[in-house]
Amino acid sequence: MNNSIRVSCTKKNLKLIRDFVTEYLQALELSDILMNQIVLAVDEICANLIIHANHEDPTKTISLAIHEQKSQLKFEITDNGVAFQESKYKEPNIEEHIRVGKKGGVGIALVNRIMDKVEFTSNGTKNTCLLYKKIK
Amino acid sequence: MKITHEIKESTIVITLDGELDASSSVILDEELSDPEIMKYSKILVNCQNLHYISSAGLGVFISHLQRFEDAQIKLIFFNMQDKVRNVFEILGLDLLMTIVSNYEEALTIADE
Repeated sequence: MNNSIRVSCTKKNLKLIRDFVTEYLQALELSDILMNQIVLAVDEICANLIIHANHEDPTKTISLAIHEQKSQLKFEITDNGVAFQESKYKEPNIEEHIRVGKKGGVGIALVNRIMDKVEFTSNGTKNTCLLYKKIK
Repeated sequence: MKITHEIKESTIVITLDGELDASSSVILDEELSDPEIMKYSKILVNCQNLHYISSAGLGVFISHLQRFEDAQIKLIFFNMQDKVRNVFEILGLDLLMTIVSNYEEALTIADE
């Protein structure tokens, strides 16, 4: 089964990515909650890359590859947009978000809490995000 | 995402059908931004057919919650699927928002 997908940078393609991840993981018979969490974490990263790193430019693309390693899943998401600056990232204060009516900024918090390990690297042109999740 | 509503006096029941992601949550935001919604004192959100929510969907509720609270409008979620509720729980939003099991319970809480 094909383990990778490449889509152009439009928000409508997030559904394609979620469907791809769901279908790929089907055989692992994960619980509904775990399956949803994994799909969500990948969706959050892809949404950030499409919207913030590539400004929803449909001429640009992002790629996702899924690797199964023993009891662990590894998701590799790459793009050529603006690199995520992990050093500038701050965990959100949700109560403060509610108080000021802030709409965004909680996606990466979800990813960090769902995944076992999250890595961002960049070689200047190509950015890679790696997500690791133990499943057994 | 399909959004429908049913109005009974001061209560509006909003039914969400589909998935709330970065693309589709825009429709929900427009719905909750409509000044008309401030006429109601209770907003009950039926989540039975809400199959997925991402941070963008959560963000819509997060961004309107204070405005509703300031206007003494109760926002209550009901019939939420476990996997969707889990996403609220990951961020602790289940403690900051009102999520109940079913419509009857939502009505009871709304009238308190």
